[in-house]
Amino acid sequence: MDDTIAAISTAQGVGAISIIRVSGTDAIKIVSKIFSNKKFLGAPSHTIHYGYIMDGDERIDEVLVTIMRAPKTFTKEDIVEINAHGGIMTTDKILELLLFNGCRLAEPGEFTKRAFLNGRIDLTEAEGVMDLINSKTDISRKIALNQVGGKVSSMISDLRDELAGIIANIEVNIDYPEYEDIEEMTIEKINSNLSELESKIDKILKESKNGEILTNGIKTAIVGKPNVGKSSLLNRLIGEDKAIVTDIQGTTRDSVEATLRIDNLILNLIDTAGIRKTEDVVESIGVDKSLKLIDEADVILFVVNYNEKLSHDDLVILDKLKDKNYITIVNKTDLDKKIDDDKLSNVVYVSALNDDNIDEIGNKIKKLFDLEKIETTDLTYLTSARSVAILRKVLDSVKAVRKGIEENYPIDMVEIDLKDIWNLLGEIIGESYDEELLDQLFSRFCVGK
Amino acid sequence: MEYEVIVVGGGHAGCEAALACARKGHKTLLVTGNINNIADMPCNPSIGGSAKGIVVREIDALGGEMGNNADKSLLQIKMLNTAKGPAVRSLRAQADKITYPKNMLKTLESTDNLDIQEALVKDVLTPDNKVSGVLLEAGEVIKTKAVILTTGTYMNADIMVGDTRHREGPHGEKPSNYLSDNLAKKGFIIKRLKTGTPPRIAKDSIDFSEAKREDGDSVYHTFSFDNEPMYDIDKQVPCYLIYTNNETHKIIRDNLNKSSMYGGLSDIKGVGPRYCPSIEDKIVRFSDKERHQLFLEPESLYYDDIYLQGFSTSMPYDVQEKMVHSLPGLEKAKILKYAYAIEYDAIYPTQLKFNLETKLIENLFTAGQINGTSGYEEAACQGLMAGINACLKLEGKEPFILRRDEAYIGVLIDDLITKGIRDPYRLLTSRAEYRLLLRTDNADLRLREYGHKFGLVSDEKYESFLNKKENIEKAILEFKEKRLTPKNNDYLETLGTKLLKDGVSLYDLLRRPEIKVEDLTKFLDNEYDSEVLEQVSISAKYEGYINKSLREAEKLKHLENKKIPEDIDYDEMHNLASEAKQKLKEVRPLTIGQAMRISGVNPADISILTMYMKRG
Repeated sequence: MDDTIAAISTAQGVGAISIIRVSGTDAIKIVSKIFSNKKFLGAPSHTIHYGYIMDGDERIDEVLVTIMRAPKTFTKEDIVEINAHGGIMTTDKILELLLFNGCRLAEPGEFTKRAFLNGRIDLTEAEGVMDLINSKTDISRKIALNQVGGKVSSMISDLRDELAGIIANIEVNIDYPEYEDIEEMTIEKINSNLSELESKIDKILKESKNGEILTNGIKTAIVGKPNVGKSSLLNRLIGEDKAIVTDIQGTTRDSVEATLRIDNLILNLIDTAGIRKTEDVVESIGVDKSLKLIDEADVILFVVNYNEKLSHDDLVILDKLKDKNYITIVNKTDLDKKIDDDKLSNVVYVSALNDDNIDEIGNKIKKLFDLEKIETTDLTYLTSARSVAILRKVLDSVKAVRKGIEENYPIDMVEIDLKDIWNLLGEIIGESYDEELLDQLFSRFCVGK
Repeated sequence: MEYEVIVVGGGHAGCEAALACARKGHKTLLVTGNINNIADMPCNPSIGGSAKGIVVREIDALGGEMGNNADKSLLQIKMLNTAKGPAVRSLRAQADKITYPKNMLKTLESTDNLDIQEALVKDVLTPDNKVSGVLLEAGEVIKTKAVILTTGTYMNADIMVGDTRHREGPHGEKPSNYLSDNLAKKGFIIKRLKTGTPPRIAKDSIDFSEAKREDGDSVYHTFSFDNEPMYDIDKQVPCYLIYTNNETHKIIRDNLNKSSMYGGLSDIKGVGPRYCPSIEDKIVRFSDKERHQLFLEPESLYYDDIYLQGFSTSMPYDVQEKMVHSLPGLEKAKILKYAYAIEYDAIYPTQLKFNLETKLIENLFTAGQINGTSGYEEAACQGLMAGINACLKLEGKEPFILRRDEAYIGVLIDDLITKGIRDPYRLLTSRAEYRLLLRTDNADLRLREYGHKFGLVSDEKYESFLNKKENIEKAILEFKEKRLTPKNNDYLETLGTKLLKDGVSLYDLLRRPEIKVEDLTKFLDNEYDSEVLEQVSISAKYEGYINKSLREAEKLKHLENKKIPEDIDYDEMHNLASEAKQKLKEVRPLTIGQAMRISGVNPADISILTMYMKRG
C-alpha cells in the first residue's frame, strides 16, 4: 500500500479522451516528472492544469491534469488524473512513462481496494471487489502469459535459466571457494553473456509485437492506386460512431491519426489525410505514397477494383507487399467482375457502397496475426505496458552491471544487479525467488564434505 | 534441585544456550550424555567458512562463546573470498579437536550459575502444555521453568555402514532412544534426516609429497572482536589437496549397491543434505566429472588423525579400504575410523516461534540440528538465541528477534520457521538478500548493542566498541572534509590515478577503485586503526550498492511492521487458495512480510489476507 499505482481508467480506444489515474504517496511527485507545467507540484488540491506530457525533451501529448490531494479523494491518497487524447499509442506511452518513473501498475480492482483499506468505502462494496480481484488475478496471470506469447515466455524463461547458471556459478565460487575444479565466473564471461542477453531482449520486444498489436492496436495503412475506393472503404470502416480520430500533429511519435475498432481489434490507421480530405481531388494518395506507407505499417489493406484488370501500378504495389502482412480488398463487387484475381492472395471481396462483407476484413486481420485464440480484455492491455516497463528496467540493470564491471567493482556487488535482472525476468513470467537458485547451485556443481 | 533453565545436550548449541542463560544470571543445568564429549566436533575439524564465519562473528558480537573459543584452539586460519568483495569475505579456521572442547568445558565449568550433569533425558514434563521439568532415563525428575533441547543428531540415531544399521550416536556415543517418541506424543511432527562423515586416516601412513599444500593466511586474524591473536603465524598447520581418480570411481561404481544409500539398506527414510553429498552421490550425479577434490585436514596436534574432507561414504569397511588406497599418496594409508552415514530425528521447524520456543509447549525451546540445520556454527547461533530468549521469556520481556537485514542469524531462523526444510539446512551467502549489509567486518556494528543490552557483552567491551564506532564517524568526517588539490598531482601520479583539476575530498578519491585507504592516510591529522579505516573504505567505495541494499531493507522493515493477529482464522477466508491456506495455517506468520516469504502464498492471497485483517 505504500507504493504509488497507476492505470488507465477509461476503456481503450473508444472515446475522445482517455484518463490515466495515479494514486499514492508519490503520485504528484511522479507526475510532475513527466509534466511540462512546473506549477503543478505545488498546486492546490482539486484543480486542473494544462501542459504537455514529456518524455525527456519530446512532447508526448497535450493534456489536462487534475490534482487531488489526500484525504478527500476516492482512495484517500493523493490522486492525479491525466486527461489525454484517446489514442492508444499515446495513452499507453503515458502509462509506460509513469511506470518508468516509479509507479507500479495497479492490479485489477486495486483503486477500490485502497479505497476500502483506507476506510473510504464499506465492506459490502469491498467484498464485491474482492471476488473481482480473485477472479481477475487468475485471468490476468493467464493473460500475462498469453500476452507475451508462449514463445516469448519460454524465451524469457530460457534467458532466466542462463542467468541463473551464471549466478549459481558466482554463488558456488563464493560459498565453496576451496573448490579449485569449479570454473571461476569471470567478468569477461559475464560481459559476453550480457551482450547476448541484451540482443535477446531486443528480440523478445520484437517477438512480443503480436501481443502488443492486439492490445495496443495494429498500425494499419490503406493503399492502392487512385479510384479503387479507398476513401469510401475508409468511410465505411469508420462509420458514424465506430471510430475516433485524434489530430494532434507533432505530439505523437507515430503518425497514427485514427483508431478504428472492428470487433475487438484495434486498427491504428496511419496517414489517412491523403484519403479523407479528398472530396475534390479524389484520393490523392497514389502509388508512390503507397509504397512509402507499406514500410511503416504492421498490416496493409491493399485495395483493388473488382471492375478492372490489375494494372502495372497494382503489380508494383503487390510486389512490395511480398514480405508484409497484408490483405487484398477487392472492392466494388456491386459492379461486374473484370479483375484477374488469380494473382492475388489473402483476398476479401467487398462492396463499400453496399456495406457488403466489410466485417470479413477484421476476421482476415485476426487470422493474419493468429490472434483469434487470444481473448482481448482491458487486462491484456495493461500487462503489455507492464511487460514493456519491466523489460526497460531489465535493460537498465544490464547497464548497471556494465557500469559496475567497468568501475572494477568486485563480483559480489556486480551480482546484486544480475540478481535484479533475474528477478525482473521472473516478474514477467510470474515466477519469483524461492529455492530455485539453490537447486541450480546444487544440481550444477559438485561440492560437499 | 530446581533450575530455571535446563539445556539438554552439550554440543555447540547446548554450550551457547547454557552459557547465555547462566551469564544472564539464571540458574542453569546442562545435561549431557558424556561430559568428555562436550563441544565435540564429530565431523570436520574446522570452524567458519563462507557465511558460517560471519555467523561466528555475529555470535561473538552478541556475547556468545564460539569465536572466542575458536581463537584459543586454532591450527590455521584464513580469510576466504578476499578477491570477491567485502560482502562475502569470511573466516575459516582449522580448529584442534582436542583443544576446542577442552577450552569450552573449562569456560562452562568456570561460569557461575551453571551446573553440568551426565545423564540422558527421557522426556520433558509438560503438564498443561507448559514445561515443569525433565525426566531422566534413570528415572530421576529435575524441576525447571524452561527447557532448551539441543540434542543434535542423537535422537533415535542410527549409524549406517554398508548393509548394517545400528542404534548409536556419533563416536559410538549413547543415542537418545525415548525423547523423540515422547515429543511425537505431545504432537510434534518429527522429520528423519541423514548426514555422513568421511574416514580418518593415520597421518604417518600418508605420503604427502604429491599433494598440494594449503596454508593459512600470512596475516593474523581473530574471530572475536575482543581477542588478540593467540597463535603463531609461522606455526599454522597445513592442509593438503588431492584428487580422486578413475580407479576410485570404478571401485565406487562396482560396489555401488553395497552402499547403505544405494541399496545396502532398504529402509532409508532420512533426507540427506544437498550440499554435502557422499562421494558415491558425487560419482552418480556428476558421472562426467573425471576427478573430485579431496582435502586432507589435520584434526589435532595431540593425535594423528587426518580428516579426508570430500570422501563421506556409507560403503562397507572393505570397500572403504579399497577406495582410500586408490587415492594418490594414500596407497598404504591406515584407516583409523571408518566413514559412516547417520540417520536421526529432528522436529519440523515450522513448529517454532521466532524466539525458538515451540508453538505447542510453552517454555520449551529447541536449537541446532534438532531444528533441521547442519553445521557447528548454525547450531551455536541458535543455541545463543534460544538461551537469550528463554531468559527473556522467564523475565517477562519481549523476545529477541533478528531481522533478515540485521544478521545471518536472522536469515537462518526466519528460513527455518517460515519455509521449513527439505534437507539439513546449511547457511549460504546466497540465502541472504541483504548480504552487502551482513558483512564480517561490521558484525559488531550490527549486533554489539544487543549483546550489551542483554547483559552478555561487558561494559568494558562495550566501551571499546563505542569508541570504535565514534572513531569511524570521526574518520569518515575527516575524509570528507580533507581535500586534495592539483598541487597533490605528483603524488597521485605515483598511484596511477587520474590527476586533479579541482579540489576533491579524500572520501571521493577513495571511491576510485585504484586508490586504497592506506594511500590517503598521510593527509589525515588523526591516526586511525585498520578496522576503522576499513569501514571508511567500504563505506566510500560501495556507497551506491550499500544504499540500494538499505532501501530494499527499508521496504522489508515496513512489511515486517504489519502484524497479523495471532488468533486470525484462515478458515474464514474463503477466497484463499487452498495451498496458501494450508501453508498459512502451518506457519502462522506473525507479519505480512513473513507471510510473503512462505512458498505457495502468492500476492493475491496476501491481498485477501490484508483485506481480511482490516475487517477484523
